[in-house]
Formats: sequence, C-alpha cells, structure tokens
Amino acid sequence: MKDDHKGAPRTVPIQSATFSNPTNAEIRRAAATGIYDIRGGGSKRKVPHFDDLLFLGASISRYALEGYREKCDTKVTLGTRFAKKPIELDIPVTIAGMSFGALSGPAKEALGRGASMAGTSTTTGDGGMTEEERGHSSKLVYQVLPSRYGMNPDDLRRCDAIEVVVGQGAKPGGGGMLLGQKISDRVAQMRNLPKGIDQRSACRHPDWTGPDDLEIKIMELREITAWEKPIYVKIGGTRPYFDTMLAIKAGADVVVLDGMQGGTAATQDVFIEHVGLPIIACIGEAVRALQDMDLHREVQLIVSGGIRGGADVAKALALGADAVAIGTAAMIALGDNDPRWESEYNALGTTAGAYDDWHEGKDPAGITTQDPELMKRFDPIAGGRHLNNFLKVMTLEAQTIARACGHNHLHNLEPEDLVSLTMEAAAMAKIPLAGTKWYPGMPGSSY
Amino acid sequence: MQTFDLEAQGLRNLNAALQAQSTETNQTAWEIVNARGSHAIAVGLDAPIEVNVKGSTGYYCAGMNKQATVHVHGSAGPGVAENMMSGTVIIEGDASQYAGATANGGTLIIKGNASSRCGISMKGVDIIVHGNVGHMSAFMAQSGNLVVCGDAGDALGDSIYEARLFVRGSVKSLGADCIEKEMRPEHIEILKELLERGGCDAKPEEFKRYGSARKLYNFNIDNAY
Repeated sequence: MKDDHKGAPRTVPIQSATFSNPTNAEIRRAAATGIYDIRGGGSKRKVPHFDDLLFLGASISRYALEGYREKCDTKVTLGTRFAKKPIELDIPVTIAGMSFGALSGPAKEALGRGASMAGTSTTTGDGGMTEEERGHSSKLVYQVLPSRYGMNPDDLRRCDAIEVVVGQGAKPGGGGMLLGQKISDRVAQMRNLPKGIDQRSACRHPDWTGPDDLEIKIMELREITAWEKPIYVKIGGTRPYFDTMLAIKAGADVVVLDGMQGGTAATQDVFIEHVGLPIIACIGEAVRALQDMDLHREVQLIVSGGIRGGADVAKALALGADAVAIGTAAMIALGDNDPRWESEYNALGTTAGAYDDWHEGKDPAGITTQDPELMKRFDPIAGGRHLNNFLKVMTLEAQTIARACGHNHLHNLEPEDLVSLTMEAAAMAKIPLAGTKWYPGMPGSSY
Repeated sequence: MQTFDLEAQGLRNLNAALQAQSTETNQTAWEIVNARGSHAIAVGLDAPIEVNVKGSTGYYCAGMNKQATVHVHGSAGPGVAENMMSGTVIIEGDASQYAGATANGGTLIIKGNASSRCGISMKGVDIIVHGNVGHMSAFMAQSGNLVVCGDAGDALGDSIYEARLFVRGSVKSLGADCIEKEMRPEHIEILKELLERGGCDAKPEEFKRYGSARKLYNFNIDNAY
C-alpha cells in the first residue's frame, strides 16, 4: 500500500459485511432497472442442511450388515391410505414437478426416461402434460396447480397419481412467472394465452380457499378418477406441523414437503432467499403431525429441497420421510450448469454453477429453453441415461449408509442413527448434538 | 329416462354410472333426485347425455364436464362447472363462488346471480349470467366470454388477458388492467348469439364491453441508462 502518511500506520480498506459487494451490486442493478431480480433455482445462502447431520454407524452396540452382499430393500409404496391403485416405486427418490415451458420438451422426455429406467416416478408441472413426458414416464404424477394451465380431465385420468400443489419451498405463498421469452407457439397454445407475454401463475387456487374446501376438492378429483389415483398435497416449508395436519385432514394420501433450498423456474430473488424454512427444520415437524394423527407411514411423506446425493436421501428417511424428490440435482445430472459451456455462461455474464437465469430461455445446455437451436444441444436419450445413473448412485449410497447402521430396508433408518454437528441443526432437526444426548428445546431439558 | 336417487344409491354409484356412458349410449336422459346439496355431482362426464338435477347442489357440480348437458333445477354451490371442457351447464337458481373457474370450453348459463370470482381464470368458456356477478369476477380471465345481464361487483376483470366481458348494468369498479372497450359490430354479433344461447331477454346494444388494456403483459422495466 502506498505510504502517504509519512510512515505512520494506517487502516486497510475493509469491505462492509452488511453492504457487501454483492449487496451493493444488487442495489445498483435495482436502481438502474426499476425491477426486482427474478431468477431460477433455490436459496443460495448457507442454511442448516443435511451436511450438519452425521450418521453414527454400527459398532458393538449396533450390528452392521455386509456392505455389498446383504439385502437392503429400497422399495416404497405411495398412496396406501385411500387410493385403489397406489404407486409402487423401486427406489425412494422421485423426480419433482418441473413444467414444460420452464423446461424444453426433450428435457421433460429425459426426466421420464431416466426415472422410468430407475423404477421411479416423474412429475408434470405448470403448463400441463406433454406427450413426450407421458410416453416416456412409466409412472407420472400430474400436478393440479393454481393456474390450471393445460389442466384437463383426460390427462387426469391417464396419470398415475395427482399432486395438488399448494405451495413450494422456493416461494411459499407466492405464484410463478414464465417470461415472454419462453412462450413459444406450443407453450402458448397449451396455456391458452398469447405468445410472448409474461405469464403469471397464481398463488392461490381459483376454486378453493381453506382446508375444508380442499377436502371437497380432493373428493371431486377422486370422483373424476374413480378413487384410483393416489392424491398428493404439496406444501412449501412454512408451518410444517399445521400444514401437514391440515393436508391429512383434507384427505391426502401423500404429503409432499418442500424446503427453501428447493428450486423454482423463476421468481423474485427476495422471495427465494427470505421466505420459508430449510428442509431439515420441516421434516421432524411433519413427522410429528403424522404421528400425532397416528398416520405415520399410512400417509406417506415425500420431502424435497436440496437433496444432492445418497447421504441426503438416507438422512431424510432417517428423520421419518418415506421418499424424497429431486429437481435441481436432476437438472444437473441432465447437464445443466455444466462447465463445458463455460464460455457461453461467461457471455451471459455468469459462470457454470451460478447460472440461474432459467427464465430468460438462453440456457447454453439446452434444458431450460424453448429455443429450437439451443434445444438441439440436448440429447434426451443420453440425458435419461445420465439421470438413471445418478439415481442409481444415490440409491447405492443410501443403501451403504443403511447397512452400516444395521438396517435391511432404507425405511428402517431412524432418528437414533443421527447426530447433529451444530446447535442450529440440533435445534431444527431435533437430533442431539454430537457427543451429547441433548438438543435445544428438548422436552424435559433444563438447559 | 334413468332416475337416480342420490340419497339412496350414493355419489360414487351415480358418478360411476354417468362416467360409464359412451358417446353412443342410448341412455341419454338422466334425472337425479334427492341431490340435497351434495358435492361433486355429475363430475368428469364425457358423453352427450342430459342430466337433470332436481334440487340444489354443493361444490363442483359438473366439474370438468365434457359433452354432457347438466341442468340444475335449483342453485349451485362453489365451483360449478369448474374446468369444463365442453357441453352445457344450466343453473336455474343462483351460483356460488368461482362459477366456471378455469373452464376451457362449453357454455355455463346461470339464470340467477353469480357470487364472487365468477369466471376466474376462464380459458375459453362462455358464461352467461342473467343476474349480477360478485367481486373479482373474471380475475385473470384468459379467453372466452362473460355476459352479465345485471351488475358487476368490485374489481371486474382484474389482470385480465384476452377474455371478453359484456355487462348490461353497472360495474362497481374495474380491476387492474381492465378497461371499457369499443363495442364494434362484430362484438354486437357475438353478443347477440350469446344472449340467444343463454335465453336472455336483452338487447346487445344495452351492453358495454370490457377487456384488457394489455399493459400488464410484460414487465415495465426502465432501461433508460
């Protein structure tokens, strides 16, 4: 540093932790454009997560299973409460709802291919069901969303399960937005709206308001589909105990619970980062609601929001979930944010791993786009194969952990297998801090 | 004429029987008695049959209807004809909230009044109301026609897209991006046909037309510098 104080010591420049460079950049961007930042993905801030939990594994007090030889089952059945035809999956990892419109047709096809190879389900999204998605998905969950874009009774009858979407973790209480750049002729036709306009997805359902109404809505859906289809209710992680309880009361066969790390195609950054709960703060509360209603395992719980590998799957199941759903991880497995497109990410003002302007339709990987030229870059057959590989690895990893804990089914993982690394995780997940028998807020605890 | 006693035979049996009718069915006329405000009556139909419901219905009567004519000889609860694809639904009395919500096609005729959010997110249906409609009607209405022979409540057509709204009486207020529009000869012709279809004793010239100003179609971003 230049000495202009005649050799006297002086302070060095210090960046404000409050007014950090990214914060200041956002202020300048907002001042220049007059619009809030819209982006895709989930929360990018560091929040307590599955990394803050560890498995104890077996020793003298627990008997381990042989890592590669002994049976460790992974099957899960969803919808056993009321549906005549529950869904049976080979693995407890499902593909979360992502819309045609946000994703290209070939990307949806790849999700169906990969999920089907792995013996699991995929899910539609806002915008309706496409033929390539139905054709390539052996088990397809059809979402009933507030916008009802593309909603029709024929698709309702040809799906394998129905998911009433009340909220999602990235934006509980908020709707969605598909900007005009991605409204191709086909997307516009499916949504019955003009091409090129910014399409709003409502935050509330148009024909029901509270849980009593929802109960009747679910009954209508069952009547239309002859009580065959499992009915899921998807909620964002906000008040998981009460929302889970109300979803069950309304008649859900399956509750889908999505934490703030869960992605979205597009919404305000302020929403993604400041509304909702991390998923580890939600699972225990949802399980407590299920147990209080004596319906744990009879009403299944699927959790999502930041699931990245088999360890996360195992931890979610140990906390009491029956299955997980992946969205962002599935997209990365398909090729989203791949460094091989780095120069093109740079041209868009970003870098591989940070690209989140999915709503602009310029995805170099050809996945979150409706641009015919960009879409050509994506091979749905290879994408499906990669997704299948990833799902297989996740399952093998979860099995490895379960066997190490002495369990012959992933569902036998239990909270006692876990400890917390941090006070925050201990308090949120209600899992004792490593080396103690205590977590903050533990009933009967005096400290 | 097939007569079905809903109280005695149950909702599941009713809907299963109606849903089992094919396009070529000869059982084209059905009468439902003892409806007693039950929910989800005659939902998910997909055949050119006529269903007469004696009495009032609860939520979602004729939900997701295709092809069928459902005639309610009473009033209808919330969400009547929600997401209808085609066919006709006629309500002799009043309709509660969300009548014709998200409906893609067909005709919904309400001979009394409709409550709030009539035609919310409508996607191609024609809704003809002999009386008044409540607040927030035609919210985010995408396409189709809403005809109101009486008055409309607050925030009519809020965030409307391309649906056409025709109101004969007063409009308490218009919602965001909804404006009065010129009633051109082609609109008079469209409205004339709708009024005839709805059995309304009204003249098209008595109506005003409302639609989207299209100012909310894209974000208004200041890229001045």
